[in-house]
Amino acid sequence: MIVVIDYKAGNLYNVGNALKYLKADFTVSGDPAVVSQADRVILPGVGSARAAMESLTEQGLVEVLQGLRVPFLGICLGLQLLFEVSDEDNTPCLGLLPGTVRRFDSSQIKVPHIGWNQVSGLDVSSQPPSILLKGIPEESFFYFVHSYFAPLVSPFTLGKTEYGSWFGSVVAQENFHGVQFHPERSGEIGLKVLQNFLEVQAS
Amino acid sequence: MLAKRIIPCLDVAEGRVVKGVHFVDLKDAGDPVELGGRYYREGADELVFLDITATVEKRKTVVDWVKRVADSIFIPFTVGGGISTVAQVHDLLRAGADKVSINSAAVKNPELLGEASRAFGSQCIVLAVDAKRTGAGWKVFVSGGRNETDRDALEWIRQGEELGVGEILLTSMDSDGTQEGYDLKLLRAVSQSIRIPVIASGGAGSPEHLLEALRVGADAVLAASIFHYDRYSIAEVKDYLAENSIPVRRN
Repeated sequence: MIVVIDYKAGNLYNVGNALKYLKADFTVSGDPAVVSQADRVILPGVGSARAAMESLTEQGLVEVLQGLRVPFLGICLGLQLLFEVSDEDNTPCLGLLPGTVRRFDSSQIKVPHIGWNQVSGLDVSSQPPSILLKGIPEESFFYFVHSYFAPLVSPFTLGKTEYGSWFGSVVAQENFHGVQFHPERSGEIGLKVLQNFLEVQAS
Repeated sequence: MLAKRIIPCLDVAEGRVVKGVHFVDLKDAGDPVELGGRYYREGADELVFLDITATVEKRKTVVDWVKRVADSIFIPFTVGGGISTVAQVHDLLRAGADKVSINSAAVKNPELLGEASRAFGSQCIVLAVDAKRTGAGWKVFVSGGRNETDRDALEWIRQGEELGVGEILLTSMDSDGTQEGYDLKLLRAVSQSIRIPVIASGGAGSPEHLLEALRVGADAVLAASIFHYDRYSIAEVKDYLAENSIPVRRN
Protein backbone atom coordinates (compact mmCIF):
# COMPACT_ATOMS: atom_id res chain seq x y z
CA MET A 1 0.00 0.00 0.00
CA ILE A 2 1.19 3.51 -0.86
CA VAL A 3 0.99 5.88 2.08
CA VAL A 4 0.65 9.61 1.50
CA ILE A 5 1.88 11.23 4.68
CA ASP A 6 -0.66 13.48 6.36
CA TYR A 7 1.19 15.98 8.50
CA LYS A 8 -1.58 18.59 8.61
CA ALA A 9 0.45 21.06 6.61
CA GLY A 10 0.15 20.24 2.96
CA ASN A 11 -2.58 20.13 0.36
CA LEU A 12 -2.89 16.38 -0.04
CA TYR A 13 -5.98 16.32 -2.16
CA ASN A 14 -4.38 16.82 -5.51
CA VAL A 15 -1.67 14.25 -4.93
CA GLY A 16 -4.51 11.90 -4.08
CA ASN A 17 -6.43 12.89 -7.22
CA ALA A 18 -3.40 12.18 -9.38
CA LEU A 19 -2.86 8.78 -7.72
CA LYS A 20 -6.54 7.95 -8.27
CA TYR A 21 -6.19 8.92 -11.92
CA LEU A 22 -3.19 6.57 -12.17
CA LYS A 23 -5.32 3.87 -10.52
CA ALA A 24 -2.86 3.52 -7.65
CA ASP A 25 -4.06 2.09 -4.35
CA PHE A 26 -3.14 4.49 -1.55
CA THR A 27 -4.05 5.64 1.90
CA VAL A 28 -3.51 8.98 3.64
CA SER A 29 -2.08 8.63 7.12
CA GLY A 30 0.09 10.24 9.75
CA ASP A 31 0.24 7.12 11.91
CA PRO A 32 3.82 5.84 12.38
CA ALA A 33 2.54 2.24 12.53
CA VAL A 34 0.88 2.63 9.13
CA VAL A 35 3.81 4.49 7.58
CA SER A 36 6.35 1.92 8.72
CA GLN A 37 4.31 -0.84 7.04
CA ALA A 38 3.98 1.04 3.72
CA ASP A 39 5.55 -0.35 0.60
CA ARG A 40 5.83 3.13 -0.89
CA VAL A 41 5.70 6.55 0.80
CA ILE A 42 4.89 10.00 -0.55
CA LEU A 43 5.61 13.13 1.50
CA PRO A 44 3.77 15.99 -0.20
CA GLY A 45 4.15 19.51 0.95
CA VAL A 46 3.05 23.03 0.88
CA GLY A 47 3.60 25.19 3.92
CA SER A 48 6.60 26.00 6.05
CA ALA A 49 9.52 23.77 6.95
CA ARG A 50 9.21 24.66 10.63
CA ALA A 51 5.51 23.73 10.84
CA ALA A 52 6.09 20.54 8.87
CA MET A 53 9.01 19.34 11.02
CA GLU A 54 7.14 20.18 14.23
CA SER A 55 4.17 18.22 13.00
CA LEU A 56 6.29 15.23 11.92
CA THR A 57 8.02 15.29 15.29
CA GLU A 58 4.74 15.44 17.23
CA GLN A 59 3.37 12.53 15.24
CA GLY A 60 6.50 10.48 15.93
CA LEU A 61 7.29 10.25 12.23
CA VAL A 62 10.83 11.61 12.01
CA GLU A 63 12.71 8.42 12.81
CA VAL A 64 10.19 6.30 10.94
CA LEU A 65 10.82 8.31 7.78
CA GLN A 66 14.59 8.33 8.25
CA GLY A 67 14.58 4.56 8.61
CA LEU A 68 12.43 3.75 5.57
CA ARG A 69 13.83 1.19 3.11
CA VAL A 70 10.92 1.43 0.65
CA PRO A 71 10.68 3.89 -2.26
CA PHE A 72 10.05 7.37 -0.91
CA LEU A 73 9.03 10.50 -2.82
CA GLY A 74 9.20 13.98 -1.32
CA ILE A 75 7.29 16.63 -3.28
CA CYS A 76 8.11 20.36 -3.06
CA LEU A 77 8.61 20.99 0.69
CA GLY A 78 8.90 17.19 0.91
CA LEU A 79 12.13 17.42 -1.12
CA GLN A 80 13.47 20.26 1.02
CA LEU A 81 12.85 18.29 4.21
CA LEU A 82 15.30 15.61 3.00
CA PHE A 83 18.20 18.02 3.57
CA GLU A 84 20.04 18.76 6.80
CA VAL A 85 18.66 22.17 7.51
CA SER A 86 16.33 24.80 6.06
CA ASP A 87 16.97 28.51 6.35
CA GLU A 88 13.21 28.84 6.81
CA ASP A 89 13.20 29.64 10.54
CA ASN A 90 16.55 27.83 10.74
CA THR A 91 14.83 24.45 10.91
CA PRO A 92 16.70 21.15 11.30
CA CYS A 93 15.23 18.73 8.75
CA LEU A 94 15.48 14.97 8.10
CA GLY A 95 19.18 15.10 7.27
CA LEU A 96 19.12 12.37 4.63
CA LEU A 97 20.97 14.63 2.19
CA PRO A 98 23.80 17.03 2.98
CA GLY A 99 23.30 20.76 2.58
CA THR A 100 21.14 23.72 3.49
CA VAL A 101 17.89 24.82 1.86
CA ARG A 102 17.97 28.57 1.22
CA ARG A 103 15.53 31.33 0.30
CA PHE A 104 15.48 32.92 -3.14
CA ASP A 105 16.85 36.44 -3.08
CA SER A 106 13.82 38.68 -3.51
CA SER A 107 16.03 41.68 -4.30
CA GLN A 108 17.01 39.88 -7.52
CA ILE A 109 13.96 37.90 -8.57
CA LYS A 110 10.27 37.58 -7.77
CA VAL A 111 9.59 35.31 -4.82
CA PRO A 112 7.85 32.86 -4.68
CA HIS A 113 9.04 31.13 -7.83
CA ILE A 114 5.65 30.42 -9.37
CA GLY A 115 5.03 28.80 -12.72
CA TRP A 116 6.34 26.39 -15.29
CA ASN A 117 10.09 25.97 -15.44
CA GLN A 118 12.46 23.51 -17.05
CA VAL A 119 14.31 20.58 -15.55
CA SER A 120 17.68 19.60 -17.00
CA GLY A 121 19.39 16.37 -16.15
CA LEU A 122 22.98 16.69 -15.02
CA ASP A 123 25.16 15.67 -17.93
CA VAL A 124 27.94 14.31 -15.78
CA SER A 125 28.74 10.90 -17.22
CA SER A 126 29.32 9.37 -13.81
CA GLN A 127 25.87 10.49 -12.66
CA PRO A 128 23.10 7.90 -13.04
CA PRO A 129 20.00 9.59 -14.47
CA SER A 130 17.00 9.77 -12.17
CA ILE A 131 14.58 6.92 -12.66
CA LEU A 132 11.85 9.46 -12.05
CA LEU A 133 12.79 11.21 -15.30
CA LYS A 134 12.75 8.02 -17.39
CA GLY A 135 11.21 8.77 -20.78
CA ILE A 136 10.98 12.49 -20.07
CA PRO A 137 12.67 14.83 -22.55
CA GLU A 138 15.45 17.14 -21.39
CA GLU A 139 14.26 20.62 -20.45
CA SER A 140 10.64 19.59 -20.01
CA PHE A 141 8.51 22.10 -18.13
CA PHE A 142 7.04 21.35 -14.70
CA TYR A 143 4.96 23.46 -12.33
CA PHE A 144 6.83 25.03 -9.40
CA VAL A 145 5.59 27.03 -6.40
CA HIS A 146 8.19 27.70 -3.73
CA SER A 147 10.27 30.34 -1.98
CA TYR A 148 13.10 28.10 -0.73
CA PHE A 149 15.37 25.92 -2.83
CA ALA A 150 17.73 22.98 -2.48
CA PRO A 151 21.45 23.25 -3.18
CA LEU A 152 23.24 21.36 -5.97
CA VAL A 153 24.93 18.50 -4.16
CA SER A 154 26.88 15.90 -6.11
CA PRO A 155 26.08 13.00 -6.43
CA PHE A 156 22.54 13.43 -5.09
CA THR A 157 21.24 16.13 -7.42
CA LEU A 158 19.90 14.46 -10.56
CA GLY A 159 17.96 17.32 -12.09
CA LYS A 160 18.41 21.07 -11.91
CA THR A 161 16.41 24.19 -12.67
CA GLU A 162 17.41 27.81 -13.13
CA TYR A 163 15.68 30.63 -11.31
CA GLY A 164 18.08 33.42 -10.43
CA SER A 165 20.66 30.69 -10.03
CA TRP A 166 20.60 26.90 -10.45
CA PHE A 167 19.01 24.76 -7.79
CA GLY A 168 18.36 21.05 -7.32
CA SER A 169 14.91 20.12 -8.62
CA VAL A 170 15.30 16.33 -8.69
CA VAL A 171 17.30 14.53 -6.00
CA ALA A 172 17.86 10.96 -4.92
CA GLN A 173 19.80 9.07 -2.26
CA GLU A 174 19.19 5.34 -2.42
CA ASN A 175 15.42 4.83 -1.88
CA PHE A 176 14.77 8.52 -1.13
CA HIS A 177 13.64 10.61 -4.09
CA GLY A 178 12.56 14.22 -4.20
CA VAL A 179 11.12 16.62 -6.75
CA GLN A 180 10.82 20.35 -6.15
CA PHE A 181 8.05 20.74 -8.74
CA HIS A 182 4.50 19.47 -8.33
CA PRO A 183 4.12 16.37 -10.51
CA GLU A 184 0.42 16.30 -9.61
CA ARG A 185 -0.04 19.77 -11.17
CA SER A 186 2.35 19.42 -14.12
CA GLY A 187 -0.02 17.94 -16.70
CA GLU A 188 0.67 14.70 -18.51
CA ILE A 189 4.42 14.93 -18.01
CA GLY A 190 4.00 15.30 -14.26
CA LEU A 191 1.72 12.27 -14.14
CA LYS A 192 4.47 10.39 -15.99
CA VAL A 193 6.93 11.26 -13.19
CA LEU A 194 4.47 9.94 -10.61
CA GLN A 195 3.95 6.80 -12.70
CA ASN A 196 7.74 6.36 -12.83
CA PHE A 197 7.86 6.59 -9.05
CA LEU A 198 5.12 3.96 -8.76
CA GLU A 199 7.29 1.66 -10.86
CA VAL A 200 10.49 2.14 -8.82
CA GLN A 201 11.47 -1.33 -7.58
CA ALA A 202 11.73 -1.75 -3.84
CA SER A 203 15.25 -2.87 -2.98
CA MET B 1 13.72 29.30 -18.06
CA LEU B 2 10.53 30.29 -16.25
CA ALA B 3 7.72 30.36 -18.80
CA LYS B 4 5.15 33.12 -19.07
CA ARG B 5 1.76 31.64 -18.28
CA ILE B 6 -1.33 31.61 -20.49
CA ILE B 7 -4.45 31.36 -18.38
CA PRO B 8 -7.93 30.93 -19.83
CA CYS B 9 -10.55 32.36 -17.50
CA LEU B 10 -13.95 30.80 -17.07
CA ASP B 11 -16.76 32.76 -15.45
CA VAL B 12 -19.13 30.38 -13.72
CA ALA B 13 -22.68 31.08 -12.58
CA GLU B 14 -24.65 28.36 -10.82
CA GLY B 15 -22.25 25.74 -12.08
CA ARG B 16 -22.29 26.81 -15.74
CA VAL B 17 -19.60 28.71 -17.63
CA VAL B 18 -20.66 32.12 -18.87
CA LYS B 19 -18.71 35.13 -20.08
CA GLY B 20 -19.62 38.65 -19.29
CA VAL B 21 -18.90 41.55 -21.57
CA HIS B 22 -18.42 44.50 -19.25
CA PHE B 23 -19.83 42.12 -16.62
CA VAL B 24 -23.33 42.13 -18.14
CA ASP B 25 -24.99 40.42 -21.08
CA LEU B 26 -23.93 36.88 -20.23
CA LYS B 27 -23.72 34.10 -22.79
CA ASP B 28 -23.75 30.43 -21.86
CA ALA B 29 -20.67 28.52 -22.94
CA GLY B 30 -20.83 25.19 -21.13
CA ASP B 31 -19.73 22.97 -18.31
CA PRO B 32 -16.69 23.97 -16.18
CA VAL B 33 -15.16 20.50 -16.26
CA GLU B 34 -15.74 20.10 -19.98
CA LEU B 35 -14.34 23.50 -20.94
CA GLY B 36 -11.57 23.37 -18.34
CA GLY B 37 -10.58 19.93 -19.58
CA ARG B 38 -10.44 21.15 -23.14
CA TYR B 39 -8.06 23.95 -22.20
CA TYR B 40 -5.98 21.57 -20.08
CA ARG B 41 -5.50 19.23 -23.05
CA GLU B 42 -4.79 22.15 -25.39
CA GLY B 43 -1.87 23.29 -23.23
CA ALA B 44 -3.23 25.97 -20.90
CA ASP B 45 -0.73 26.62 -18.11
CA GLU B 46 -3.36 27.29 -15.46
CA LEU B 47 -7.06 27.95 -15.26
CA VAL B 48 -9.01 30.58 -13.38
CA PHE B 49 -12.66 30.05 -12.49
CA LEU B 50 -14.55 33.09 -11.29
CA ASP B 51 -17.82 32.22 -9.63
CA ILE B 52 -20.26 35.00 -10.39
CA THR B 53 -23.33 33.31 -8.94
CA ALA B 54 -25.59 36.05 -7.67
CA THR B 55 -26.82 34.63 -4.37
CA VAL B 56 -24.93 33.23 -1.42
CA GLU B 57 -27.41 30.36 -1.20
CA LYS B 58 -26.75 29.13 -4.73
CA ARG B 59 -23.01 29.61 -4.33
CA LYS B 60 -22.79 26.69 -1.92
CA THR B 61 -22.66 24.32 -4.89
CA VAL B 62 -19.24 25.70 -5.88
CA VAL B 63 -17.39 23.04 -3.92
CA ASP B 64 -19.08 20.35 -6.01
CA TRP B 65 -17.82 21.50 -9.37
CA VAL B 66 -14.45 22.48 -7.94
CA LYS B 67 -14.05 18.86 -6.84
CA ARG B 68 -15.04 17.63 -10.28
CA VAL B 69 -12.49 19.96 -11.88
CA ALA B 70 -9.74 18.79 -9.51
CA ASP B 71 -10.49 15.15 -10.32
CA SER B 72 -9.72 15.51 -13.99
CA ILE B 73 -7.46 18.51 -14.52
CA PHE B 74 -3.80 18.21 -13.55
CA ILE B 75 -2.69 21.80 -13.88
CA PRO B 76 -3.11 24.48 -11.23
CA PHE B 77 -6.40 26.28 -11.02
CA THR B 78 -7.65 29.26 -9.08
CA VAL B 79 -11.18 29.81 -7.85
CA GLY B 80 -12.50 33.27 -7.06
CA GLY B 81 -15.75 35.12 -6.57
CA GLY B 82 -17.59 35.99 -3.41
CA ILE B 83 -14.97 34.64 -1.03
CA SER B 84 -15.10 36.46 2.28
CA THR B 85 -13.96 34.11 5.03
CA VAL B 86 -10.97 31.95 5.90
CA ALA B 87 -13.41 29.02 6.19
CA GLN B 88 -14.47 29.46 2.55
CA VAL B 89 -10.81 29.54 1.48
CA HIS B 90 -10.23 26.33 3.41
CA ASP B 91 -13.25 24.61 1.80
CA LEU B 92 -12.13 25.50 -1.71
CA LEU B 93 -8.52 24.42 -1.15
CA ARG B 94 -9.81 21.23 0.40
CA ALA B 95 -11.98 20.61 -2.65
CA GLY B 96 -8.81 20.74 -4.75
CA ALA B 97 -8.39 24.37 -5.84
CA ASP B 98 -4.69 25.30 -5.88
CA LYS B 99 -5.33 28.95 -5.23
CA VAL B 100 -8.17 31.16 -4.16
CA SER B 101 -8.60 34.72 -5.31
CA ILE B 102 -10.09 37.30 -3.00
CA ASN B 103 -11.46 40.62 -4.18
CA SER B 104 -14.24 42.71 -2.58
CA ALA B 105 -14.10 41.10 0.85
CA ALA B 106 -10.43 42.01 1.19
CA VAL B 107 -11.21 45.67 0.48
CA LYS B 108 -13.67 45.65 3.36
CA ASN B 109 -11.40 43.61 5.60
CA PRO B 110 -7.74 43.67 4.48
CA GLU B 111 -6.70 41.45 7.38
CA LEU B 112 -8.50 38.58 5.63
CA LEU B 113 -5.53 38.49 3.24
CA GLY B 114 -3.05 38.25 6.10
CA GLU B 115 -5.03 35.57 7.89
CA ALA B 116 -5.51 33.46 4.78
CA SER B 117 -1.88 33.81 3.71
CA ARG B 118 -0.63 32.76 7.12
CA ALA B 119 -3.06 29.87 7.39
CA PHE B 120 -2.53 28.35 3.95
CA GLY B 121 0.64 29.95 2.57
CA SER B 122 1.10 32.96 0.29
CA GLN B 123 1.28 30.72 -2.75
CA CYS B 124 -2.43 29.93 -2.62
CA ILE B 125 -3.79 33.41 -1.98
CA VAL B 126 -4.34 35.67 -4.97
CA LEU B 127 -5.49 39.25 -4.55
CA ALA B 128 -7.87 40.13 -7.39
CA VAL B 129 -8.11 43.84 -8.07
CA ASP B 130 -10.58 45.52 -10.43
CA ALA B 131 -9.06 48.89 -11.28
CA LYS B 132 -10.47 51.79 -13.23
CA ARG B 133 -8.84 54.97 -14.43
CA THR B 134 -9.84 58.09 -12.51
CA GLY B 135 -7.93 61.30 -13.11
CA ALA B 136 -4.22 60.66 -12.75
CA GLY B 137 -4.41 57.15 -11.32
CA TRP B 138 -6.60 54.09 -10.88
CA LYS B 139 -9.23 53.41 -8.25
CA VAL B 140 -10.29 50.04 -6.88
CA PHE B 141 -13.79 48.90 -7.78
CA VAL B 142 -15.66 46.16 -5.96
CA SER B 143 -18.74 43.96 -6.30
CA GLY B 144 -17.97 42.77 -9.81
CA GLY B 145 -16.86 46.23 -10.83
CA ARG B 146 -20.12 47.91 -9.90
CA ASN B 147 -18.99 49.98 -6.93
CA GLU B 148 -16.19 52.52 -6.74
CA THR B 149 -14.11 52.72 -3.58
CA ASP B 150 -11.77 55.46 -2.44
CA ARG B 151 -8.76 53.17 -2.56
CA ASP B 152 -5.92 53.88 -4.95
CA ALA B 153 -5.22 50.68 -6.90
CA LEU B 154 -1.42 50.88 -6.68
CA GLU B 155 -1.46 51.52 -2.94
CA TRP B 156 -3.95 48.73 -2.39
CA ILE B 157 -1.85 46.26 -4.37
CA ARG B 158 1.28 47.17 -2.41
CA GLN B 159 -0.68 46.67 0.81
CA GLY B 160 -1.81 43.26 -0.43
CA GLU B 161 1.80 42.31 -1.07
CA GLU B 162 2.73 43.38 2.46
CA LEU B 163 -0.15 41.36 3.88
CA GLY B 164 1.35 38.29 2.28
CA VAL B 165 -0.59 37.43 -0.88
CA GLY B 166 1.33 35.44 -3.47
CA GLU B 167 0.03 36.96 -6.69
CA ILE B 168 -2.01 39.83 -8.06
CA LEU B 169 -4.79 39.26 -10.57
CA LEU B 170 -5.15 42.69 -12.09
CA THR B 171 -8.25 43.50 -14.14
CA SER B 172 -8.67 46.78 -15.93
CA MET B 173 -12.32 47.77 -15.82
CA ASP B 174 -11.70 50.15 -18.70
CA SER B 175 -10.38 47.41 -20.97
CA ASP B 176 -12.41 44.44 -19.80
CA GLY B 177 -14.73 43.19 -22.50
CA THR B 178 -13.42 45.58 -25.17
CA GLN B 179 -11.00 43.08 -26.76
CA GLU B 180 -8.85 46.10 -27.64
CA GLY B 181 -5.91 45.17 -25.46
CA TYR B 182 -4.90 45.28 -21.81
CA ASP B 183 -4.39 48.59 -19.99
CA LEU B 184 -0.62 48.62 -20.46
CA LYS B 185 -0.03 51.76 -18.39
CA LEU B 186 -1.74 50.20 -15.41
CA LEU B 187 0.09 46.95 -15.91
CA ARG B 188 3.48 48.63 -16.18
CA ALA B 189 2.84 50.74 -13.08
CA VAL B 190 1.80 47.72 -11.02
CA SER B 191 4.59 45.43 -12.25
CA GLN B 192 7.18 48.03 -11.36
CA SER B 193 5.88 48.62 -7.86
CA ILE B 194 5.70 45.07 -6.48
CA ARG B 195 7.89 41.96 -6.25
CA ILE B 196 5.20 39.30 -6.64
CA PRO B 197 3.81 37.97 -9.93
CA VAL B 198 1.13 39.91 -11.78
CA ILE B 199 -1.55 38.28 -13.91
CA ALA B 200 -2.89 40.70 -16.52
CA SER B 201 -6.61 40.61 -17.16
CA GLY B 202 -9.19 42.52 -19.16
CA GLY B 203 -9.13 43.41 -22.83
CA ALA B 204 -7.37 40.57 -24.65
CA GLY B 205 -8.64 40.33 -28.21
CA SER B 206 -5.62 38.97 -30.08
CA PRO B 207 -2.26 37.27 -29.51
CA GLU B 208 -0.61 40.68 -30.02
CA HIS B 209 -2.36 41.96 -26.92
CA LEU B 210 -0.95 39.12 -24.85
CA LEU B 211 2.52 39.85 -26.19
CA GLU B 212 2.24 43.54 -25.27
CA ALA B 213 1.16 42.70 -21.73
CA LEU B 214 4.02 40.26 -21.20
CA ARG B 215 6.50 42.78 -22.60
CA VAL B 216 5.50 45.47 -20.10
CA GLY B 217 6.00 43.16 -17.15
CA ALA B 218 3.08 40.77 -16.70
CA ASP B 219 4.10 37.29 -15.55
CA ALA B 220 0.94 35.72 -16.84
CA VAL B 221 -1.96 36.70 -19.07
CA LEU B 222 -5.59 35.89 -18.47
CA ALA B 223 -7.95 35.76 -21.40
CA ALA B 224 -11.47 34.57 -22.02
CA SER B 225 -13.21 35.53 -25.23
CA ILE B 226 -10.28 34.88 -27.56
CA PHE B 227 -10.24 31.26 -26.43
CA HIS B 228 -13.93 30.63 -25.72
CA TYR B 229 -15.15 31.38 -29.20
CA ASP B 230 -12.39 29.43 -30.93
CA ARG B 231 -10.86 32.52 -32.41
CA TYR B 232 -7.38 31.32 -31.42
CA SER B 233 -6.19 28.07 -29.95
CA ILE B 234 -3.80 28.09 -27.02
CA ALA B 235 -1.19 26.48 -29.26
CA GLU B 236 -1.50 29.26 -31.85
CA VAL B 237 -1.08 31.89 -29.16
CA LYS B 238 1.97 30.12 -27.72
CA ASP B 239 3.53 29.74 -31.18
CA TYR B 240 3.10 33.44 -31.76
CA LEU B 241 4.62 34.35 -28.38
CA ALA B 242 7.55 31.96 -28.89
CA GLU B 243 8.26 33.53 -32.31
CA ASN B 244 8.48 36.81 -30.45
CA SER B 245 11.02 35.50 -27.93
CA ILE B 246 8.62 35.04 -25.03
CA PRO B 247 9.41 31.84 -23.10
CA VAL B 248 6.34 29.60 -23.10
CA ARG B 249 5.77 26.01 -22.06
CA ARG B 250 5.24 23.66 -24.97
CA ASN B 251 5.34 20.11 -23.66
